[in-house]
Amino acid sequence: MVLSLNALHRHPWGRWLFWALMFGGSLLPLGWITLQAVQQQLGADPAQVIVTFLGIWALRFLWVSLAVTPLRRLPGMSWVMRYRRMLGLYALFYASLHLLAVATFILGWRPDLLLRELTERPYIIVGFTAWVLLLPLALTSTKGWQRRLGKRWKQLHALVYPASLLVMLHFAWLIRAGYLEVLIYALILAFLLGYRLYLKLR
Amino acid sequence: MLIRKAPDIAPSEITPESVYRQRRQFMKGLAAGGALLASGPASALARYALDEEQVRYPGPDWLQQKIRAAQQNAALSTTEKLAPYEHVTGYNNFYEFGLGKNDPRAYAQDFKTDPWSVEISGEVHRPGTYQLEDILKGVDLEERIYRLRCVEAWSMVIPWVGFSLASLIKRFEPTGNARYVEFTTLHDPKQMPGQRSRFGTIDWPYVEGLRMDEAMHPLTLLAVGVYGDALPPQNGAPLRLVVPWKYGFKSIKSIVKIRFTEQMPVNSWQRTAPREYGFYANVNPAVDHPRWSQATERRLPSSLFSPNIIDTQPFNGYADQVADLYSGMDLRKWY
Repeated sequence: MVLSLNALHRHPWGRWLFWALMFGGSLLPLGWITLQAVQQQLGADPAQVIVTFLGIWALRFLWVSLAVTPLRRLPGMSWVMRYRRMLGLYALFYASLHLLAVATFILGWRPDLLLRELTERPYIIVGFTAWVLLLPLALTSTKGWQRRLGKRWKQLHALVYPASLLVMLHFAWLIRAGYLEVLIYALILAFLLGYRLYLKLR
Repeated sequence: MLIRKAPDIAPSEITPESVYRQRRQFMKGLAAGGALLASGPASALARYALDEEQVRYPGPDWLQQKIRAAQQNAALSTTEKLAPYEHVTGYNNFYEFGLGKNDPRAYAQDFKTDPWSVEISGEVHRPGTYQLEDILKGVDLEERIYRLRCVEAWSMVIPWVGFSLASLIKRFEPTGNARYVEFTTLHDPKQMPGQRSRFGTIDWPYVEGLRMDEAMHPLTLLAVGVYGDALPPQNGAPLRLVVPWKYGFKSIKSIVKIRFTEQMPVNSWQRTAPREYGFYANVNPAVDHPRWSQATERRLPSSLFSPNIIDTQPFNGYADQVADLYSGMDLRKWY
């Protein structure tokens, strides 16, 4: 199966088909929550549901984009490298929607509330900082910028590591009771970052 | 004690007009129910113009009769728009049944709340274990529409049915040493999946407490019903506390023990996160939760493009009635 996916990517149509599947598949969470919202299926506090949903999907896309490096080393999995940029951009896409949803649905774009939340809430400051760190990565994700920056491109894109740690902190800080979900995502991140450390120290 | 009615805030003053207009349709539906309400006992369905497809919780017969006979205490009730039945019974925190807001309704339906007994103990002349039916004998129930402000910065307006905690306390005759009242929720991991979780942060059973004067305050309610029916299991059936000027977590659900003490009880949230939750937990827009602001709240149901953000009132709008209880206290320290 994995071998055939690599083979699929050698065929122009196969490549196109798979790209479309990845691109479209990544939009499914957004489609699902939009449909739920339109049909008013989100209960008493749709704002909270949407914000949480978009946030967790931003985190998931970031984790998956970080998983590309270990995954591509598995036999027959080198094709995943083609989607690293797309997955990273989707992480920022969902993070941006998450941010917009907070500003619109929770804070109603009230300037006093926005200012207060952005200056007084540690978990929001941390989350917002993570989003800011991801911005230059998205802007320099094109092939052109990769060429122009050369060696420094990789250095710049190492910002994804502190960003992911800030995202984890942002998530963990939100918990009132019950840390199972946070623990699972933290363990996955620990593996993803630990793997890189292992490669470096080896 | 003289109870002054807090001035209610007209929805039009706190919400953009466009939003207010959207509500008109809902209000029309309520108006029909309101007319019936004024004319005395009626079925909950008619009183609140509820949807016939709604899942109802009539409760045991003996309780149903008492609830149906309950009259509204208008002096202690707000006239703000009620949160829809669907949301009151389908969106709440009851961590014994899970951490999600929809979990209580999803996982509490088999929770057995009849028969039910309550153990009265501690500094009291008439300790013992009493059947709920006996506790309610000779007690007249009344409806009170209260604002409920969750510590998570959302709020709802809910029509409870119950009786003053003060009347119960008087019957059991606390001793002169009784300075606090401690309440305990049922601990039954077989029925309560949240109590089986190994990744929770709360030590079960859930415990809450009030100072004696708070417990004796006329606003402090023991609820056995909501929306003209018995309490649904997910809302803390068959007996729960409602303290409208405090954050929702003080209003402990499914009470099995009431203990009178000399020492201040350590309530569950204070034990779990003492920096974030105190004993008093009075609604206070001036004292933020360390992680979020308490200055505003989202009045539910909120819709997406009108988040329905309103300013939080000191003591949740009950300051006229209860602020005296805390005169001279530093409310930043005693949060």
